[in-house]
Amino acid sequence: MLALRVIPCLDVKEGRVVKGVNFLALRDAGDPVEQARLYDSEGADEITFLDIGATAENRDTMFDVVARTARQVFIPLTVGGGVRSVEDVRRLLLAGADKVSINSAAIAEPELIRRAAEAFGSQAIVVAIDAKQVAPGRWEIFTHGGRRETGIDAVAWAAQAAALGAGELLVTSMDRDGTGQGFDTVLLRAIRAAARLPIVASGGVGKVADFVAGAEAGATGLLAASVFHFGQFRIADAKAALAAAGLPVRPLPHRVRSA
Amino acid sequence: MIRLAILDTGSGNLASVQQAVEQAAETAEIAVKVAVTTSVADIRAADRIILPGQGAFAAVKKGLDALDGMQDALEERVRAQGVPFFGICVGMQILFERGLEHGVSFGLGWFGGQIAPMDPKDSDGKPLPLPQMGWNALDFEEGYHPVLDGIEKGSHVYFVHSYAARDHDEDFVIATTDYGGPIVAMVARANIVAAQFHVEKSGDVGLAMLGNFLRWEP
Repeated sequence: MLALRVIPCLDVKEGRVVKGVNFLALRDAGDPVEQARLYDSEGADEITFLDIGATAENRDTMFDVVARTARQVFIPLTVGGGVRSVEDVRRLLLAGADKVSINSAAIAEPELIRRAAEAFGSQAIVVAIDAKQVAPGRWEIFTHGGRRETGIDAVAWAAQAAALGAGELLVTSMDRDGTGQGFDTVLLRAIRAAARLPIVASGGVGKVADFVAGAEAGATGLLAASVFHFGQFRIADAKAALAAAGLPVRPLPHRVRSA
Repeated sequence: MIRLAILDTGSGNLASVQQAVEQAAETAEIAVKVAVTTSVADIRAADRIILPGQGAFAAVKKGLDALDGMQDALEERVRAQGVPFFGICVGMQILFERGLEHGVSFGLGWFGGQIAPMDPKDSDGKPLPLPQMGWNALDFEEGYHPVLDGIEKGSHVYFVHSYAARDHDEDFVIATTDYGGPIVAMVARANIVAAQFHVEKSGDVGLAMLGNFLRWEP
């Protein structure tokens, strides 16, 4: 059985880890490479770096962070944030990312997904969907860190991204992000029904039971940030909750014990 | 000093494979000189060869075909002279006879069978996501193959693929995984071993396999 993936997400700005509370207020929480190593040793199944506030000038900082991480961490690494072109994707993959997530640029230019998937394979291309509920059963895409509305239907966009060659969808509920109220499982189910792709659920984890609810809604990757960064609970606790619900997990490395 | 060649067919990031091999060599206390290469001379001089691959079967095979004389060098060094060889992901797939991704393309034919699209379903008949992306458990007979020495049956390794071996010869399958049914995870014959999963991204289990590969004397 394919194990569910527990994925800590590190928001990185100018080479340092930060995490938004309600998406826009930021707090510093350390060195990304050290954190990635720690999470690897704690039993994380994958690491995600999100380069927030990425600009053309500070891109090299992120390539360096990715390269240093890939030399020390032998589990998959996904990198996103500010990815605008096939060349950006190429440079991140060559630096050592296994997957690159594309967000705003794919909304502006959907063909970017196809070109990136053709160049590097679908397995390397994640499309990040930041969705906000606008009516019962309807979610729309927001870009630029949640600040800009697009009017695009999130579920239809998920299906289009799949058709264009995305290999995975990173689905973030803007309504839940930073609230600790759990994943938007209704949104996850709607996207799961619309696209036959692995889905990473993001936004809203506040307790370990939220991982179980995300998995039961069809997500195969379960991403969280603050709850891990600020030690509310550990990777081991998330996996224990999934296992207790009868869901498949990758066992922890031998040296890790549950908190 | 083992001279290990990682064959670059232009299909993506080989630094991860190199770093994993170097880490495994350090842990196993084996002196290894790793070259990421497109050179026929390097392949002819290598004591160990790794063929990674990412993306589509046809693209990786085309990358190999673009290296003048490389296929002959592999046939000679691996098939005739018996140098230990490890194919990873699409580097495993192109060892089969044919690939059906983006049209039909011919592989090296070191293993019978073809690489065909997957269509996995869960126990209720509901389609499972594609690609299979994530950590899955390996089923194998402990003690059967040296590259799996010390690794427990049921250990998890990292898969990313939408195509898998079909119409293959079961005699060469040394490990399977389950994704809506059994999937070929590893094949081996003589001095050749190959994995569908990403050995270099499979944490301590993958590093242990690479260490075993460096020690392997088939």
